[in-house]
Amino acid sequence: MPTMNMLQAINSALDIAMADNEKVICFGEDVGVFGGVFRATSHLQEKYGKARCFNTPLVEQGIIGFANGLAAQGSVAVAEIQFADYIFPAFDQIVNETAKFRYRSGNLFNVGGLTIRTPYGGGIAGGLYHSQSPEAYFTHTPGLKVVVPRDPYQAKGLLLGAIRDPDPVLFLEPKRLYRAATGEVPKEDYVLPLGTAEVVQEGRDITLVGWGAQMEVILNAARLAEEQDISCEVIDLRTLLPWDVDCVSNSVLKTGRLIVSHEAPLTGGFAGEIAATIQERCFLYLESPIARVTGLDTPFPLILEKEYLPDHLKIFEAIRASVTF
Amino acid sequence: MANTIFTPSFMTGDEVSIPTFALLDPSGALYDGAQEPALERDHARRLYHAMLATRLLDERMMAAQRQGRLSFYMQSTGEEAAVVGATAALHDDDMIMAQYREQGALMYRGFGIEAFMNQLFGNALDDGKGRQMPIHYGSQALHYMTISSPLATQIPQATGYAYGQKLAGKGKCTLTFFGEGAASEGDFHAALNMASVHRVPVIFFCRNNGYAISTPAVEQFAADGIAPRAFGYRMHVIRVDGNDVLAVWEATRAARKLAVEHNQPVLIEAMSYRLAAHSSSDDPSGYRSKKEEETWRSKDPIARMKAWMMAKQWWSEDEESAEQERLRSDILATMKRAEKQPPPPLESLIEDVYAEVTPALRHQLDELKAHIRCYPDAYPRGAASLDAVKLANDAQAE
Repeated sequence: MPTMNMLQAINSALDIAMADNEKVICFGEDVGVFGGVFRATSHLQEKYGKARCFNTPLVEQGIIGFANGLAAQGSVAVAEIQFADYIFPAFDQIVNETAKFRYRSGNLFNVGGLTIRTPYGGGIAGGLYHSQSPEAYFTHTPGLKVVVPRDPYQAKGLLLGAIRDPDPVLFLEPKRLYRAATGEVPKEDYVLPLGTAEVVQEGRDITLVGWGAQMEVILNAARLAEEQDISCEVIDLRTLLPWDVDCVSNSVLKTGRLIVSHEAPLTGGFAGEIAATIQERCFLYLESPIARVTGLDTPFPLILEKEYLPDHLKIFEAIRASVTF
Repeated sequence: MANTIFTPSFMTGDEVSIPTFALLDPSGALYDGAQEPALERDHARRLYHAMLATRLLDERMMAAQRQGRLSFYMQSTGEEAAVVGATAALHDDDMIMAQYREQGALMYRGFGIEAFMNQLFGNALDDGKGRQMPIHYGSQALHYMTISSPLATQIPQATGYAYGQKLAGKGKCTLTFFGEGAASEGDFHAALNMASVHRVPVIFFCRNNGYAISTPAVEQFAADGIAPRAFGYRMHVIRVDGNDVLAVWEATRAARKLAVEHNQPVLIEAMSYRLAAHSSSDDPSGYRSKKEEETWRSKDPIARMKAWMMAKQWWSEDEESAEQERLRSDILATMKRAEKQPPPPLESLIEDVYAEVTPALRHQLDELKAHIRCYPDAYPRGAASLDAVKLANDAQAE
């Protein structure tokens, strides 16, 4: 099995999707001959032509408006927003149009063919506007699916799953891992399921939940805990909307403890949603309060990025606090 | 450096004067020097019928709203020629992505009074399953995209839709309607630019009706209307008398040719006037004069087309009164039937959020049903369909 980094895995998924179905069309700012600023769409224009892989003008609301129309027409639109920080001009098209297309028409029309790819997250010295994790704005929107991969293998399988899913998907790519994460990835076509979490590591004492680039951080914290004989069960949510409540609640029924960690700010973050649901499901089984380890309620900083981020030490401390509660 | 100057000299666009294309004068006679377009008798009658039916439907449904039978309504009165004329110039399977005041397009394509009524009353027969306010029609069969309330969102969608049509290579195009107010939204500019850059077969049809709710055009833009914006995108543009159905039809026909045969998007600005209020929630007496309305009433597009048809002996007063009578009684009878239909079932609340109902939504609906069973009188519509489901289940159990 070849070794790929996350960009190569994403490029491979797009390549397979375009070869497999001529209705798949990739577009966005700089995705054409240049292959995207991160090179996720490298060589796709060369292979499939300018009509199916092309640059758009610099206008996010136009890109997603165009993508909605293209998907409604029956094409499989794969739109790239260059950074998740720049998705907000398209917020209206995503929240009011993409998400509601099927519902408002009584299923006469839909944009299920649409996938929006966008790099998110910190750790690359990107400051306020190249670091944000905007997932919670979108998990509050019925009709969307929100998917985040943690490594190259997951990225390829989940992206192919997203492109072929009958609903529109926001696919958030952890850009810190684009080149940093490498692993074995099958060359051929495979699909990982949407809406299903994965138990990445089994454990007895506490459940740790996250997604995307935060999984690496959580696993590092779990290793520290292991040295203190604390056994952590680690769950990658993979799909945030709709999320796999059963997987998390079954784990917490077993461990009695839960920590959720994300880079996005604390207040209104998706960890709050998980905590609320799990305390409803598992109230009498909880041994300690559900904890959230997240970014601070500030804009994303630059020089103090390391201090801001919910790193493995902060998670480790939360684990200790939880098991000694 | 070609075309270089050495003292600062500014331009405003006033250097270019955009003419208005017109064929029929307000009395319904051809202007001197105007050539009659190749609109055949039966086609002209189909057009006229759609305009007339739209006018009568609007009158009756506005009255129904005032009687409290309907929550909301929007009339197209005064703009029927712009909408129906443009629609009639398309092929019937070209896509239309409208704003909201374009019921004439559906009328022309044969939506039927019953389909209008089912949507307006949001009953169980509404294809939209009672989810949207009145006038948010949609029809897959008639290639009319379901209306969404946010303004201008349909414009870049039309560009994307038409791009897909171009790739499919079947010679189809998309026409999108919007008002001069909606053209202030960013989506308008994004759409025109993308269409021009990618040579998309799309027609941008602006109904410049003078007002965005109460805001007059002079407070909407400083330029000479919407048309000059096309120059910024190097797009073909034409301004047309929107109350002259022949001119609208001819201009849109030529635009379709540019779009489909040459992959050139086109902007059409149709100059018209919203004779009625913005919606049933609006009162124009607060922002414009009766005199102004009267001036435009004398340019009524339906009267103008009727006069032209009568002069050609393609229509008569007898036919007019018979047709009006038939339409009025059809509208009234159909309305009475539609308002008696039951509401959509409670189950439909959670359908179509996703292609398949998610477990979380199923759970939320179960909780809701349990609650409604405790307080059925507080939720009569939901409770009615719960009983229907219960009866069906009981019958099955027996």
